[in-house]
Amino acid sequence: MSYSKELIDHYENPRNVGSMEDSDSTVGSGLVGAPACGDVMKLQIKVSAEGIIEDAKFKTFGCGSAIASSSLVTEWVKGKTIEEAGEIKNTDIAEELALPPVKIHCSILAEDAIKAAIQDYKGKVADADKKQDAAE
Amino acid sequence: MTAKDWTQNNPLYLDYQATTPTDPRVVEAMAPYWNEKFGNPHSRNHHFGWEAEDGVEIARAQVADIIGASPKEVIFTSGATESNNLAIKGVAKFYGDQRNHIITCVTEHKCVLESCRALQQDGFDVTYLHVQENGLIDLDVLKAAMTEKTLLVSIMAVNNEIGVIQPLKEIGEICRANKTFFHTDAAQAVGKIPLDVDEMKIDMMSISGHKIYGPMGIGAMYIRRKPRVRLVPLIHGGGQERNMRSGTLPTPLVVGLGKACELAQKEMAAEAERLHGYSQKMYEGLKERIPEIFLNGDEESRIPGNLNISFAYVEGEGLMMGIKDLAVSSGSACTSASLEPSYVLRALGVEEELAHTSLRLGLGRFTTEDDIDYAIERISKEVNRLRELSPLWDMAQAGIDIKSIKWAEH
Amino acid sequence: MNPSVYMDHNATSPTRSQAVDAVMRAMQIGGNPSSVHAQGRKARRLVEDAREQLRQVVNAPQSAQIVFTSCGTEANTLALQGSNRAKAFVAATEHPSVMQAHGCIECIPVDVNGLIDPFRLEEMFAGGGDDVIVSVMLANNETGVLQQIEGIVNIAHRYDALVHCDAVQALGKIDVDFAALGIDLMSLSGHKIGGPLGVGALIATKDVKLSPINAGGGQEGGLRGGTENVPGIVGFGVAAELARDELADMQRIKKLRDRLEERIIDVAPDAVVIAALAHRLPNTTFVAMPGVDADTQIMAFDLAGVCLSAGSACASGKTKTSPVLSAMGVPADVAKSAVRVSLGHSTTEQDIDFFISAWVDLYQRMSAAKTAA
Repeated sequence: MSYSKELIDHYENPRNVGSMEDSDSTVGSGLVGAPACGDVMKLQIKVSAEGIIEDAKFKTFGCGSAIASSSLVTEWVKGKTIEEAGEIKNTDIAEELALPPVKIHCSILAEDAIKAAIQDYKGKVADADKKQDAAE
Repeated sequence: MTAKDWTQNNPLYLDYQATTPTDPRVVEAMAPYWNEKFGNPHSRNHHFGWEAEDGVEIARAQVADIIGASPKEVIFTSGATESNNLAIKGVAKFYGDQRNHIITCVTEHKCVLESCRALQQDGFDVTYLHVQENGLIDLDVLKAAMTEKTLLVSIMAVNNEIGVIQPLKEIGEICRANKTFFHTDAAQAVGKIPLDVDEMKIDMMSISGHKIYGPMGIGAMYIRRKPRVRLVPLIHGGGQERNMRSGTLPTPLVVGLGKACELAQKEMAAEAERLHGYSQKMYEGLKERIPEIFLNGDEESRIPGNLNISFAYVEGEGLMMGIKDLAVSSGSACTSASLEPSYVLRALGVEEELAHTSLRLGLGRFTTEDDIDYAIERISKEVNRLRELSPLWDMAQAGIDIKSIKWAEH
Repeated sequence: MNPSVYMDHNATSPTRSQAVDAVMRAMQIGGNPSSVHAQGRKARRLVEDAREQLRQVVNAPQSAQIVFTSCGTEANTLALQGSNRAKAFVAATEHPSVMQAHGCIECIPVDVNGLIDPFRLEEMFAGGGDDVIVSVMLANNETGVLQQIEGIVNIAHRYDALVHCDAVQALGKIDVDFAALGIDLMSLSGHKIGGPLGVGALIATKDVKLSPINAGGGQEGGLRGGTENVPGIVGFGVAAELARDELADMQRIKKLRDRLEERIIDVAPDAVVIAALAHRLPNTTFVAMPGVDADTQIMAFDLAGVCLSAGSACASGKTKTSPVLSAMGVPADVAKSAVRVSLGHSTTEQDIDFFISAWVDLYQRMSAAKTAA
């Protein structure tokens, strides 16, 4: 089993590592995986009023493929609308990083993480709208 | 030059429980048997055969010596896995109509567990003892599990993943008192700790070549003559090895195993002392630089060349990728391709999330103090880098209990 | 060193220097093929490369299962036990490792040339064959007789039986073509072809469902537990390629063997070459010196500096007559006086002359002694 240059680069120089304030209503957070399964990804997106992802951050507990997959998607989602970001497929991630078959689940997890972050953000927007409605 | 080459042109080797470099002195001892003294040791009619047979018999004595046995009680096999299969299945097949209960332990090597499982399918009762948190079996639990039907107890001498030494002498006594055979898989123990089959009342023992700086493809099995242990062979045929193991003996490999035992016996005390110092230094060095690490397995009753450490919040495989210049493993070699956490660690009650963060660091004959220093630096740097990447480390720092979160297990 | 002539290549051959070199190199690379780190991966590649070498040498299909074992005996055991057939039909001249590898063995009789009688085999299938494995060796280790494997396969497969072929003695002496033979399983051994001792292989088509005799660890596709003997496997691969590449040399060896037989018959018309008229390995002759015990001959030859044996090495030292010869119906007095001479690549014309003169010398001395008596 040998890893691709791209994968190793993302593992050794992960992009967009970090956290954003979860209480920020423009931030959507996704936390997927489980420690007992050997991988946990936390992916956060910051979304502009126009629905564009302005920033993304991640932290991952897992193997090199999991770290690289999450690093890669933070790069990919930046500048995309949340709809576009929601269309990122695990197969794209697996292909870009040339993941070996036993590591495909890492790309699935990364896709789940984006979806979870988007859902979290949408939830926050809906809550805010509701509150606004209630206030009016 | 074998061992030197291993350590110079490769990542720093810290996986001595997976396999060991063949000692150059062993390679040298084997050399004439490839083509000068190449005879079939079973050819009793010409000097090529005699030379080979002489080589085999010297080796048999060398193997016997290191475990306090008589050469007549040692047969050669292809490795410890075969010895384990032969001991367990062979005895079960021979005595199965008299006694049909076998006791082993959940942290045994896969080949012992699978042999027992196969016997269960043939109608044997098997008790799989649990281990305590330190990886050792509880002797009272063993005693309680013994019945008049207990034919065999198979407990490994030294665990391949966590390096703990089981109380062999005490187990031997319990077995002898019950007229139960005691088999021990000593693949990881020979040459690392003193072994004496009489003092420990061991009836059968499995020995590996490549785990003790000998060649691959060869192992041995000790089978007690008094009281005699009998078994049904797994491999029939030419009737070699007193009918217990047929097949042409691979003279060069046999000679190599003998030499490896001779060297191990001579150098064991000094080597153990040196490795004890190294592993202490390594553990202390890592603890100093990395908070929240945990040593798996008993701190005292362990071989000096093994450290199995959980680096909480950092996944083991991810860590291994970061320390590519160190050859370490996240469990036993056999299962290292699988993504499951080690069943040995789980048996110790190590939480699954912590089991995922464990590395086995194996030190051995060719490990130097510089290696230790280097490994400490590399591992601590990488663990600390990956913790910065770890959401679990964040949570822990923020005082969030990971167990309080509802994880979506997948 | 004793300036002796080694003519016991069917027992074992000296390890070829290229194979020894390969073993040494592999020892230096080291590593457990199951480890995921760099050393482990290097070891794994060595094992897989050797597997491919071996596959190509015997022309096994790409999909074939190739399991490395510790020797030919283990491969035979794995074939007969691991294929889980209720009955085994084995030729009466098989190696003991086949004879004893199964709990329910039925012998297929052979004729005076050591060849299976196809009609008898067909009769044995009267009760059907889907619970049967047939095991017939390609070349006999004592007589060198070559079985008609394709014909046996035809019959056996008609009854859905599996066919295993012990090709341990054949490899390196004749072209061994797994696909052309049409067999289901085949055993090979390293040290019989100038490879290292301590390694063998079982080859099976993808359809054969095998279960391990040595459980545990999951190596070799779960069919053979235990850390692979990496240097041995590498040396085996190298030796297999060499053996194939040097197959042409067997023409020379056959001429030497034929000359040896001719000279003996010239001098001693009452000498018997076992299965002289059968297709045999080019390097093997089993020849009886009338009235002289095999043991006496072996001792005399050893004193003269010729190493050979009375039969298979496994049984040597025991002074009973060869079960192979008994199965062929060779009269006891002939069988008792037969010795196996097996040549190899290192055998020269001088060696043959040396042996012939030793043989003739012994024959004449013994005849003179008899006459005097």
